[in-house]
Amino acid sequence: MTHLADLPVWAAIPVALLLLLGASLALIGSIGFVRLRSFYERVHAPTLGTTMGIGSVLLASMLCFTVLQSRLVLHEILIAIFMVVTTPITLMLLARAALYRDRSEGSDDVPAAPPVPPVQTAAPPAPDAAPPV
Amino acid sequence: MKRWWPYPLLTAALVAMWLLLTESVALGSILMGTILATVALWGFRALDPPGGRLKRPRAAFALAGLVMADVARSNLAVAKIILNPRKTERVSGFLRIPLDMRAPYGLATLACIITGTPGTIWVEYNSANNSILLHILDLVDEKTWIDTIKGRYEKRLMEIFE
Amino acid sequence: MTATLLLWSIFLAQILLVAAMACATIRVLRGPRAQDRVLGLDTLYVNATMLLLTFGIRTGSTLYFEAALIIALLGFVATAALAKFLMRGEVIE
Repeated sequence: MTHLADLPVWAAIPVALLLLLGASLALIGSIGFVRLRSFYERVHAPTLGTTMGIGSVLLASMLCFTVLQSRLVLHEILIAIFMVVTTPITLMLLARAALYRDRSEGSDDVPAAPPVPPVQTAAPPAPDAAPPV
Repeated sequence: MKRWWPYPLLTAALVAMWLLLTESVALGSILMGTILATVALWGFRALDPPGGRLKRPRAAFALAGLVMADVARSNLAVAKIILNPRKTERVSGFLRIPLDMRAPYGLATLACIITGTPGTIWVEYNSANNSILLHILDLVDEKTWIDTIKGRYEKRLMEIFE
Repeated sequence: MTATLLLWSIFLAQILLVAAMACATIRVLRGPRAQDRVLGLDTLYVNATMLLLTFGIRTGSTLYFEAALIIALLGFVATAALAKFLMRGEVIE
């Protein structure tokens, strides 16, 4: 652990605080993921880790390596960009899949599907669709 | 020029990402990045993406700053909700919001903003009447949420994309 | 002194992240429905990415960055494919 001793105090304290902040946010998100009651409430919980949680850890990593190597280390931005682009996509896909499954089961907890416009004939349900697990 | 590089802004962004990944600004990396970005965007053009462009880049940066601040704020709000041991008074539920914006990239950005902010998630888009269905973790006041989505984000996105 | 402080906070952050991964694993095992399990898997991936980044800071090696990037990429592809599977019952259509 020699390299950590090279880190000056003004950099070490923000790195430590950012790491703890990010890890606690991820933990809070996961706790919420266990505690909340329905799937649609639970979808909100992991967003804590994927936004500010991973953001703080990436900032800590950037700061640490920039000071240690005495040059600008910015490639963590790539993970940040990637997370910003992909997290909404996965969550939206999952929420839509859940909504689709709940509707096909006729659950009362979700709003009904919007009426199909009259011009278009409603497609018959696909015969090969697997039953929800 | 237009035939080789149909999307100059995207090309520049891809080259920048390549340089970040390889961590060098040597001539070789720039050349390699340009070749890769050019070929990748030919593939992108073959997909025939819907038209539309960034009208006001400066407003887009302002919106990015606003969204970051909002994300930080709702992180704390959602953390408070999760750590609150009493479960009784909070109501969560679905909310349907009619939109005025039609620009496809504006809608995509709005979806990313809403889903990326903890506490709200975009569930469905109905193109027949241009309305969206959201699920909101802390649905105290529907009016406030509709005002937030429409006034805070949709208005700015319409300025940027339409 | 600073090195010790930093080392302990990295250690604490890693414990918190492992606890977060344990919570996500509970949800993967308990369900109750398939979408809960897939969301748990996605959370597990994100937490693993963060854990790898803390390992990178601890050892001072940038190799962990590449591993984190690949885990993030694979996590996205896996979750997207599984969500597609939940919706239609097949991945490619």
